[in-house]
Amino acid sequence: MIASFLLRRVALSLITLGLLSVIVFMAGRLLPGDVGRAVLGPLADARSVANFNHQIGADRPIPIQYWDWISHFGNGDMGTSFVFRSAVGPFIGDALANSLKLAALAFIIVVPLGVLGGVAAALNVGRLADKTITLLGQTLGVVPEFISSIVLILIFGVWLRWLPMSADWPDGAGPLTQIRYLILPSLPLAISFFGYIARVARTGTVEALDADYTRTAVLKGLPRFTVLRRHVLRNALLPTITVAASLVGYLAGGLVVVESLFHYRGIGSLIYTAAKAKDFPMLEAGVLTVGALFALASLIADMLSALLNPRLQPGART
Amino acid sequence: MSTSIRADRLRAASRSVTLLSGLTILIFWTVCALFGGALVRMDPFADDLLRTLTPPSAAHWFGTDQLGRDVFSRVVVGARDILTVAPLATLLGAAAGTILGLVTGYFRGPFDAVASRIIEAIQAVPLVIVALLALAAVGTSNLTVILVIGFVFTPLIGRTVRTAVLTEADLDYIAAARLRGDGAFSIMFIEILPNVMPLVLVETTVRFGYAIFFVASLSFLGFGIQPPSPDWGLAIAENYSLIGSYWWVVMFDALATASLVLGVNLAADGLQSVLE
Repeated sequence: MIASFLLRRVALSLITLGLLSVIVFMAGRLLPGDVGRAVLGPLADARSVANFNHQIGADRPIPIQYWDWISHFGNGDMGTSFVFRSAVGPFIGDALANSLKLAALAFIIVVPLGVLGGVAAALNVGRLADKTITLLGQTLGVVPEFISSIVLILIFGVWLRWLPMSADWPDGAGPLTQIRYLILPSLPLAISFFGYIARVARTGTVEALDADYTRTAVLKGLPRFTVLRRHVLRNALLPTITVAASLVGYLAGGLVVVESLFHYRGIGSLIYTAAKAKDFPMLEAGVLTVGALFALASLIADMLSALLNPRLQPGART
Repeated sequence: MSTSIRADRLRAASRSVTLLSGLTILIFWTVCALFGGALVRMDPFADDLLRTLTPPSAAHWFGTDQLGRDVFSRVVVGARDILTVAPLATLLGAAAGTILGLVTGYFRGPFDAVASRIIEAIQAVPLVIVALLALAAVGTSNLTVILVIGFVFTPLIGRTVRTAVLTEADLDYIAAARLRGDGAFSIMFIEILPNVMPLVLVETTVRFGYAIFFVASLSFLGFGIQPPSPDWGLAIAENYSLIGSYWWVVMFDALATASLVLGVNLAADGLQSVLE
């Protein structure tokens, strides 16, 4: 049952990715009208524009161009950058590795804090602590990342001088130094997700506290802490893990802003620089990579919730 | 019993406090956007190269920027563009999204299935990135930012409206309208639309919060409002490199942006609980 569910889920993600690739391709090749003109600018002469279009194959029929692009993509060839005149693939690989470091740190910071906040709120439902945590999470979640970055840089970089203001660490820096340089950039990302994770953890905990198995455990005379740990938290945290996994895809939006602001060479700043330079092959590859990442993350999230949900276990009676 | 009544009153009060404080902030910035030029003592565009980057003082409450322009005047007038672009983008998305939601929810079938797949594909990438891709392709101006955000919002609002329409379409009054011989158009817009309107309103205010968020972020990235506008996100991008020594050229713009985003979200939240 899980297998057929997952198979259907994978097929759907592939359809979504295929459609995304068409949209991305159309945005990159059709919207600018004349790609050569868009890239070379209004001052370039007509001959070099035509030459450029011929070079990149923009003078061929659209379906052929798309097929050419996507079939190369499938073989791991992501195209050639207009700006660097070299293969896009290695740029994407390096950027992705850097972004994963930053994202991992943000998650290490925000998941425990969010869960802690959510559980604390759930244990105090309706009281001041609950309202404060909920309001704080909501507020922090809507502030754009560049604003929280600016405030954090002013406090920790400029006034207190505790942390470096850019993520550009010196060459040969060890892992600890790298983490030190990444703390400030990871905080705005963590801040924007705190409320989301806290809310899911709160809802899960409130439901688990209300459940029959919790009442049974309490009536059995188990100590409060044991009930919390063994019955409430274990059930409350499953949805939280699922949500955290699905957040990975959304993270990329924040990465664009944060990585550009902190001069960090990740997938977000790669997309941003490519958009600035109208380097469409790079931009398309970057956007498609983010889409694939998102699809993968939500697939993992669905798998986790399927695996953790007792009703979907093999042999379960439904 | 008396405690539950009191709890209800408290809840109602806190609701209106949320809505009122949100609206107050929003009205404050709207007034700045509409009449900002008349309210400030100094021309926000007038440079004074003899007084660049001076710290806050009695003459310049928020100091001056790299060109000696008065930061206070620029922050006040800076509300104008974001409060033009974001509402128009939201309205465009709300209008188109409502139509899309009505049509897909009412007709269902293959059109609905295709639309749902396309919406999922667009949602597979964060909105800021979709906007960057589109704006890199069509070029950046206030108009293209409005069109791109409106276009991206359309399927999102459409999906919410569609869900509501699906439930409405099963109700008896729709069956009655059909039996009466009403056409699809009049059923969608005269029968169903008024009933999903509260939802559309809530969805629109929530999206307005996102629109402010996106316009600010895009302007900061150089893909939104363009110079010489005193827009906040743009000002932060222009002055960001000076943050180490001249905090006032970025901090007030950052606080202004944060307060506007908060105001809109408080108002949306308040409205949502009042309507529910």
